[in-house]
Amino acid sequence: MSIDGSQAVAEQSNQPKPKRRQLSDRSIVNLFIWPALLLLIALNVFPLFYSLYLGFTDYSAIARQQPVWIGFQNFSRILNDEQLWKYFATTGRFALLSVGLQTLVGFGLAMLVNEKFKGSGLLTTLILIPMMISPVVVGLFWKLMYNPTFGFFNYLIGFTNPSTAPDWLASRFAGTPVPGMALWAVVIVDVWMWSPFVMLLVLSGLKAIPDYLYEAAAIDRASAWFQFWRITLPQVTPLLLIAVLFRTIEAFKAFDLIMGMTGGGPGDQTELISVNLYRQAFLGQWRTGRASALAYIILIIIIAISNLYIRYLNQMKGES
Amino acid sequence: MKIKFLLMLALVFVLILSACAQPTQAPVEEPAAEEPAAEEPAAEEPAAEEPVAEAPAVSELNILWAQWDPADQLQQTIDQYEEVAGVKVNVIQEPWGSFGDRFFTEMAAGGDAWDMVVGDSQWLGQGATQGHYVEMTDFLTETGIKDSVTPATLTYYGEYPTGSGHYWGYPTEGDADGWAYRKDLFEDADNMAAFEAEYGYPLDVPKTYAELWDIANFFTRPDDGLYGVAIYTQKDYDAITMGVENTMFSWGGEWQDENNNVMGVVNSQENIDSVQFYRDLYECCQVPGLSNAFFTETNDAMIGGQATMIMNYFAFLPALASPDISEYADVTGYFPNPAGPTGAQHAALGGQGMSIISYIPEERKQAAFDFIEWYAQDEIQAEFAAIGGYSTNKSVVESDAFLNAAPFNPAFAETMTFVKDFWNIPEFGELMEVTQRLLSQYIVEGVGTAEETMNQIAEEHDAILRDAGYIE
Repeated sequence: MSIDGSQAVAEQSNQPKPKRRQLSDRSIVNLFIWPALLLLIALNVFPLFYSLYLGFTDYSAIARQQPVWIGFQNFSRILNDEQLWKYFATTGRFALLSVGLQTLVGFGLAMLVNEKFKGSGLLTTLILIPMMISPVVVGLFWKLMYNPTFGFFNYLIGFTNPSTAPDWLASRFAGTPVPGMALWAVVIVDVWMWSPFVMLLVLSGLKAIPDYLYEAAAIDRASAWFQFWRITLPQVTPLLLIAVLFRTIEAFKAFDLIMGMTGGGPGDQTELISVNLYRQAFLGQWRTGRASALAYIILIIIIAISNLYIRYLNQMKGES
Repeated sequence: MKIKFLLMLALVFVLILSACAQPTQAPVEEPAAEEPAAEEPAAEEPAAEEPVAEAPAVSELNILWAQWDPADQLQQTIDQYEEVAGVKVNVIQEPWGSFGDRFFTEMAAGGDAWDMVVGDSQWLGQGATQGHYVEMTDFLTETGIKDSVTPATLTYYGEYPTGSGHYWGYPTEGDADGWAYRKDLFEDADNMAAFEAEYGYPLDVPKTYAELWDIANFFTRPDDGLYGVAIYTQKDYDAITMGVENTMFSWGGEWQDENNNVMGVVNSQENIDSVQFYRDLYECCQVPGLSNAFFTETNDAMIGGQATMIMNYFAFLPALASPDISEYADVTGYFPNPAGPTGAQHAALGGQGMSIISYIPEERKQAAFDFIEWYAQDEIQAEFAAIGGYSTNKSVVESDAFLNAAPFNPAFAETMTFVKDFWNIPEFGELMEVTQRLLSQYIVEGVGTAEETMNQIAEEHDAILRDAGYIE
């Protein structure tokens, strides 16, 4: 059976006009999500897995050779390399000293600016300035400030003759080698730069403590120390721990400040693991496979440490 | 839905992976683009009285170099090539910090972004063995360029493996370490009398490291804010190794023997003594605060009036001769590295050679060869030198015009006859990391002895070279 043309047109004109096709909610959601998701996969997820694969290969990004699968050799070499363990230890020392001091100084500063006095707002703003400056610039500034001949750091701590003064970045005091001095110099700068960050988080915790707790304690004639120990510290600890968590992660990744100040020297006194990672991945070496393996080891360590913090934080929440 | 999502994710992953994969083989060189068939005059047509000049197949060439004054000087010199040959040649400048990274990543991809590169002498090994560079042996020999440049520069900027007679680069910018000193302090009557009274010989430009040691000690006067020397100590890349090489080679030391053995060579007595000297010089007379110093810091020590003598590459010395930059410009003198205890006199090499990239089409390679042949001519090299470039051309470097063009040129010309270099094999970065770490540890940090340091370097170098197959 066939239908002629005029009949078909007539049938069509009798039918109600189909509604213009609308995008479903699901399609709209997909339209918004997929471009971002694809970018994330291309720029983040793919490199993450590709570098994991490279960690198991002998590969240099500047060699015209495909990666050669060598299993766990890179990981085994790294974990058996005494020199790298030394860098891990230096990184641990740096993180411990730096984050510890930042916590103390940051807490102290937060307590100070939490008090209401004339100019406390301005003071808070001024204290925040160091963390807004680029770490490389901070490193270069402090390199000049530590200079034993014209830098004013030595002058401030009472040394005016460069021959008898500490040469911080050379790790020498009056020409005599003092192990660890250069690391301390970097720690001081890191503390100067990042204590305001701890202060900021602690300050938000302090502001959130209800006044009635202190009023009740005052009625009970609780001492200032008791109030600090039983009210202030427990109330602020969750935020303090978050600050410590962020700073610990950052301390393990510290790179630009070190490169600006010491380049990892003298010797390997300030050679943190991230600085060494850069040295292996670039700077004429280009050991991409090994550097990828090292990057994963660092990542695992950071995740493990973060996990400890988070567990402790959750434990505290549970108790409260 | 979940399966669909996972399949899609996997597809995207595979697509990206395949896009990022590198070719397993060097790309087949593209055949030369077929040139338009030359329009030969038909037999019956009357021959043209004057042949029509053919347009060159290549109209533009690109050279990659680091961002610094010599690159500007090169560009200025070669601008005229467009008029001469109809080919515009551009010098693409990349900051020093990313110069190597950018070049080698492009090469790893077999890229043809540039036709030539003025690369570091250390890159020769990688360039030659990994197929990035075109071999230039026949070209340099047939054109006579090989004999027109100073032999040391041909060896270190062009030859790989060293001593093989195979050349991969045209020595373009000569450079080496030398010294700048304060003439006003050296020529001061009181200083001259006091120095002679103390050391028994007249105060003059040091001819030996022993004299340099005396002079550095003599001028180290912390109370006056004056110190004897500013020498390289930076750990980042290669500075402290280059600084130490100046003394090491002049003490008769080497990095390897002819069979690439390092045990007994790196930790030879000559090397140990030279490293000891460098440490002593650092301890006695270095401007305080220069524990991580390279060319900028040593120049600054001279400009700031803190140092009597500074070590630096000749390419960075023009700043010291500029009255706009240094108030001591008029009283700054220059001298080549002094001789070591046995009379040997050497300097650590800087500078670069020009190589042709192998991944460009044949007609571009030919155009690059033609350009280098033109550029290597004596008169063009004289023009390069006249605007401050450090030519490696023998006749130019020895000419009075060059020697009188800048106060440091005589010292440069002398130095270029006795330069020596670090390893240039592909593993140079690993070898360099060892020397940088351990020399910094001993000289700046003050840990251990010279003997322990050189033994450790020898052991680590030996392991790297064995691993790479240079030592059986």
